[in-house]
Amino acid sequence: MNHRKTLKTLTGTALAAVLLASGCTGGGGSSKGADAEAADDPSQVSGTITVLTHRTDIVQDGTMKKYAEDFNRTYPKVKVEFDAITDYEAEVKIRMNTENYGDVLMIPAVIQKNDYPKFFASLGTQKELSEKYRFTGFTAVDGKVYGQSPMGATPGFLYNKRIWAEAGVTDWPTTPAEFLTALKAIKAKTDAVPYYTNFAAQWPLTQWTYVNGSVSCDTEATTALAEGNPWGADGELRVGDRLLYDIVDQGLIEKDPATTNWENSKPQLAKGEIATAWLGSWAIIQFRQAAEKAGADPDDIGFMPFPARVDGKACATANPDYNQAVSIHSEHKAAARAWVDWFTEKSGYAADNLSISTLKDAPLPEVLKPYEEQGVELIELDDTAGGTVKNIDSASEVGIFGPAYRQELVDIARGAKDGDIDDFLDDLGKRWTEAEKTVGS
Amino acid sequence: MRRARLWRTLTPWLFLAAPLTLLIVFTYAPVANMLAYSFTDWDGVSPELTYTGPDNYVEIFTRPELFQVFFVSGYYLAASAVQIGLALYFATILSFNVRFRNLFKGILFFPYLINGVAIGFVFLYFFQDGGTLDSVLALFGHESDRTWLGSPTSANISLASVSVWRYTGLNFVLFLGAIQSIPGELYEAAELDGANRWHQFRFIIAPGIRPVLSLSVILSISGSLSVFEIPYIMTGGATGTETFVIQTVKLAFQFNKTGLASAAAVVLLLIILAVTWLQRRLVPDDRVDLV
Repeated sequence: MNHRKTLKTLTGTALAAVLLASGCTGGGGSSKGADAEAADDPSQVSGTITVLTHRTDIVQDGTMKKYAEDFNRTYPKVKVEFDAITDYEAEVKIRMNTENYGDVLMIPAVIQKNDYPKFFASLGTQKELSEKYRFTGFTAVDGKVYGQSPMGATPGFLYNKRIWAEAGVTDWPTTPAEFLTALKAIKAKTDAVPYYTNFAAQWPLTQWTYVNGSVSCDTEATTALAEGNPWGADGELRVGDRLLYDIVDQGLIEKDPATTNWENSKPQLAKGEIATAWLGSWAIIQFRQAAEKAGADPDDIGFMPFPARVDGKACATANPDYNQAVSIHSEHKAAARAWVDWFTEKSGYAADNLSISTLKDAPLPEVLKPYEEQGVELIELDDTAGGTVKNIDSASEVGIFGPAYRQELVDIARGAKDGDIDDFLDDLGKRWTEAEKTVGS
Repeated sequence: MRRARLWRTLTPWLFLAAPLTLLIVFTYAPVANMLAYSFTDWDGVSPELTYTGPDNYVEIFTRPELFQVFFVSGYYLAASAVQIGLALYFATILSFNVRFRNLFKGILFFPYLINGVAIGFVFLYFFQDGGTLDSVLALFGHESDRTWLGSPTSANISLASVSVWRYTGLNFVLFLGAIQSIPGELYEAAELDGANRWHQFRFIIAPGIRPVLSLSVILSISGSLSVFEIPYIMTGGATGTETFVIQTVKLAFQFNKTGLASAAAVVLLLIILAVTWLQRRLVPDDRVDLV
């Protein structure tokens, strides 16, 4: 009996302790509103900084180390250490609950925009920074900027020029209908898979959300997402999703989407076994490298904008990659800031990745030269409502930044799931607009 | 004298200190945390969280579509029946003297030792169009032209059979251990009485391993309700293969509704406890007495 009583009290105390401990999670945020100011004299900046990055590949092959060595020529007293994280989003999300998330990090998508001042030091006012840099609006809260993307990309179709030419299509399609006709020609005249969904890898389907802005050419397209119905009669996402549906519905995709393979799709597109895929300009370099490895011609890989024209002109949105930010808990904010600025301006990272530079006056990368020739306008969306869009997305559980609803859409299109596309899109719109009311401003 | 008695009382606790610490830190503390979160609107990162009372639970029970995914568990439930049958069959055969007995034991148990993530990837290739399964079928002259993960029914059956492949070994080992604890004289006596192998199984083995058998059934039912790894890695819940746990993970990590997801996890825990309790009521665990 005696033993049993001890056991009870003991577990009782333990449980109480556990409950107490669980009550203490969270906290922090006391140093809200710190600034990471740029130093005037590079030789005076010192300290060891840790940079969290998702680019495990270039940390492993030593490219990052070379950047750091270059950086040390200007900032000799700063020591840069890299922490490459494979499952970046998930792992950093957990670390954000502590104070130990590096000095410089890529802002995880999960952090609410309005919470940026609680986690990151400000880099300056948007008014001032936007004179020199693109994408400042994407991380600005109350006029202050909290992150800076070292490069930008534009969404578009990667395609194999040789296959498209073999099918007799040389001009870029200008409407979804023309695009479908082109894919049909490819199916009829070549052995290539006209369009590759990358269904199994899931995230490539998410890329279709970045159609936003290309259809209407409106820089306020994100605000329209937050205030209207993206799947309304001429909503941006309806146009994009409808095109995806039609492509699948008309059998213009790979035979078995459920077992697609992202890594294999790169050489396949390079060799002409796949004709087209909706991705982003960031992917071009990966496909070119895959082409070289597979013994195909890297120059076969082309890039075209979404088939929509406003007054005869195509629009392509320039979007930031992961934004680099300085941790509010960093003890070497000046050094961290120096790295962020240097990496954006001087490292050559954007050029190395064939990407759009963050600097406004830098020329377009060579891969986007055809865009210049054909008069494609590069627009930057106003992201003031970006935070609200994310809130609506979570509240409605639609998931425009996740793969689930487009997987369902593909399943409906290929008959693996019962349903009607119009009902499906209308239902998304209904859930979205209902969530708009609950989320508010 | 009193000191000695004090030590006598303390000693068992000293031995228990390490496992109890581990148990509390890694099992009960997270569960307590989860319970606490299930009453908040926490999004998983924000330093601020507000207490919302039972709102999350109300939401779960007013959204019937959240429970639809339990139909998928039916496939895995059916698969576990097959799995237990197979395991029982092999355990019975291999408990007698068979050539290469140990080799077969190893082969059967091996899949259970492989990491679930690796299994998911291997079977993705297996079910691929023109993949392993199609080529094997082609060897037998069956030109298959179907997408195994293409439709909800065939995808769920494919995934459930992967689960059978993986877990049969575990059941098999449990059964084998139980069968081997049955005294050998019983078989001899039974043979003298003219019992054949089937009779031996029916009247000696089956009742002899009843506790383990009912444990396996409980494990497979709770396992079927909480399937996660294999469908998550292979299809990510697409094409009608979403299970309750995948749905919960999506709520927590895709829609950042950690509070709601915690509540869903608590609900799943309660469902599993209820099912287990019901089963214990229906099939009471009597003591076995063969001799």
